Amino acid sequence: MSAPTEEPDSGRRNGLSRRRFLGGAAAVAAPAAIGLGSLVAAESQPQRAAAETLAHGGHGAGGAHAGHSAFPHAAFAKDRRVDHARNGFHPTELLRDFDYGTTHRLPSGRVVREWELVAQDREIEVAPGVVYEAWTYNGRVPGPTLRAREGELLRVRLVNASEHPHTIHFHGVHSAAMDGMPGIGEAMGGGQIEPGESFTYEFDASPFGVHLYHCHVAPLASHISRGLYGAFIVDPAQGRPEADEMVMVMNGFDTNFDLANEIYAVNTIGFHYIDEPIVVGRDELVRIYVVNVLEYDPVNSFHVHGNFFHHFPTGTSLTPSELTDTIIQGQAQRAILELRFPYDGDYMFHAHVSEFAELGWSGFFRVGDPAKLAAADAAALYCELPWGGGVRS
Amino acid sequence: MEAQSGAARTVGGGLPAWALGLIPLVLIAAAIGAFALLGGPGLGERSGPPVEEVTVERTVLHPGTIELTLRNDGPDPVEIAQVAVNDAYAPFSTEGDREIGHLGATTLKVDYPWVEGEAYEIFVLTAAGGTIDATIPVATETPETDLSFYGLMALLGIYVGVIPVSLGMLWLPFMRRLGSQWIGALIAFTVGLLAFLAIDAGLEGLEIAAEAPAAFGGASLVFAGGLAAYLVLAAIDAWLEGRARRQPAAAGAPPGAAPAALAPGPYLALLVAIGIGLHNLGEGLAIGSAYATGALALGAFLVVGFAIHNTTEGLAIVAPLRGGGEGGTEGGALGIPRLLGLGLIAGGPAILGAWIGASAFNPSVAALLFGVGVGAIVRVIVQIAPSMRDGHGRLLHPLSVGGMLLGIALLYVTGLLVTV
Repeated sequence: MSAPTEEPDSGRRNGLSRRRFLGGAAAVAAPAAIGLGSLVAAESQPQRAAAETLAHGGHGAGGAHAGHSAFPHAAFAKDRRVDHARNGFHPTELLRDFDYGTTHRLPSGRVVREWELVAQDREIEVAPGVVYEAWTYNGRVPGPTLRAREGELLRVRLVNASEHPHTIHFHGVHSAAMDGMPGIGEAMGGGQIEPGESFTYEFDASPFGVHLYHCHVAPLASHISRGLYGAFIVDPAQGRPEADEMVMVMNGFDTNFDLANEIYAVNTIGFHYIDEPIVVGRDELVRIYVVNVLEYDPVNSFHVHGNFFHHFPTGTSLTPSELTDTIIQGQAQRAILELRFPYDGDYMFHAHVSEFAELGWSGFFRVGDPAKLAAADAAALYCELPWGGGVRS
Repeated sequence: MEAQSGAARTVGGGLPAWALGLIPLVLIAAAIGAFALLGGPGLGERSGPPVEEVTVERTVLHPGTIELTLRNDGPDPVEIAQVAVNDAYAPFSTEGDREIGHLGATTLKVDYPWVEGEAYEIFVLTAAGGTIDATIPVATETPETDLSFYGLMALLGIYVGVIPVSLGMLWLPFMRRLGSQWIGALIAFTVGLLAFLAIDAGLEGLEIAAEAPAAFGGASLVFAGGLAAYLVLAAIDAWLEGRARRQPAAAGAPPGAAPAALAPGPYLALLVAIGIGLHNLGEGLAIGSAYATGALALGAFLVVGFAIHNTTEGLAIVAPLRGGGEGGTEGGALGIPRLLGLGLIAGGPAILGAWIGASAFNPSVAALLFGVGVGAIVRVIVQIAPSMRDGHGRLLHPLSVGGMLLGIALLYVTGLLVTV
């Protein structure tokens, strides 16, 4: 990270200093990437340089933190990319993809929210060129981020189209029969769901917070690490302040089945958010739902550069427990993080377990002018909340 | 019986011998062709995931890059996807295809800011998610294989091979002064030295073979090399003997002399020199590759150690020149140039070995060469051992056993100085 930083008191909405920063970033990058002639051009056209930096990124070829080192950070081989189309899901889209299911109201007025999850075996490319035989919910890893509101009645139908028995075990408050635990609730058609069978889990959305669901068939580590997990968010009845919301499921893949992960990531694809930084608006409230489902390693962590965030463990309280820049999570621990980026530029986020970071669990936030970002494609990714709150529309 | 021989006479009775030899070959080729054409009828599809067996043949370090040469040892093609150095993925490029076919090889050039003296664990991730592990015990820059490098390796070969062997040969005058009763002991001493070298080279060959791709033979290469060397030397020996029999005058031996007379001192010395030379080829190989991978610090201590170690080899060469009971006349027939020639034959291959080892080290080739060295030494032992016999024709007597044990002990002790 060689980009010069602004002085804090120069005013973060100061256009001149912002131009200077972006021009500076281009000037640092230019000698390595395109030579001296371009350096002059970049300085004489700060606006264009600024636009290009925003468009093409502050790193990689022509980037702000390239140029000084051939190895600015760990990365995959440069000559190929993951084929997201073939995978059937894209980490950039998955990040802000909340699945609200379908709803109807009971005569009492209570909202019933329903989903169907299909367990299916699927080959996914977990790193460029590396194919993994994953077990998935709805063909993606992590599974859909199920999102409901506190107090609703939830019905989740599991269709097992996999070759193996599976369940969905929700973290939440529910009856034993709805626990997705093999051997329990079989009389009601629950328990272990064999291939070709289906079952509908029914429970109340409680308590509010960020939770998770996963398969609970033994051997557990195998069924989870194969990809059968997802985030489960219950919004408080009164909602949360408007924010740019995103889900980060911290996971990994043991591609050679030696009970140790070869690849670490948030949302499955290692280094994805380095190749495609997460674009956020300067000064905007960013809310991150972080869920750790990593198998085979006892802890995982989340750290962000150049910033601090409010930490809401499990999201079950509306009052943050801490202002920090690093959290540690054991398996199935999760949290809501809230922060605002006061300065433009690229800010890394990664596991502060450096080994995980360098084996894929790293990314960048790209902070820019909200006005520009609103017009960008990124805006199209934002979702609409059925009750009209929570996320920027 | 009669019916069988009758049938044998009928089948191919009118065909020439070469055709009879050819017919089975043609039929085998046709069967293989048909089998391949029909896709192996009855065998069905393979079961289970592809087998991935890849060995790391060579590691080359230059500032900022690590080069790995991978050889596919398994039956299925392997596609290289990613590389991590010390648990950090690193960008890399490949020379040639990412996919390595059966017995094919590829070289990965990994961008990584390695630091001198640190250890590195590398894993290569294949497209199927398998891993290939490589270890760099101590990172050091691989020397450029330019002219000065070859010069350095040559100097190394001369230091550890030619000079000490030649120095060892300076014991010749001393040995000539020894009484004839000591001849058997001297030869036994040489046999002891050679036996130790053979065991040492054999074990080293097996150690290297363990790292070599199994598809190329692995440890069997050591034995194949040994057997081949033994047989070739035996054939040469028989050929020379046959020639000497036909031209007794040219060989300088009296007509009708016993075969023992056909292996006089100089000839035995030459055999010992060849055996030791082949051994030193392997030794040079080990030194060269160890130097190139940074596992060997070229200290004065090591060079001195090798010099002392190999001086004993010179002693082994000149021991047969002590000659028969007539005060070493055969040895006297050898001039200084011939003695130097023997030293070069025994020590020179160390130079060649160092060149090969440092620039194009290949574990399979190295294992084979070590085996060749072992076979040559064993053949030499077999040939010179009869000279240990005492007056009663006994091979093992207190003097010869003492000599052998001394030879083994001497190489063992000097070998402690040169553990690479």
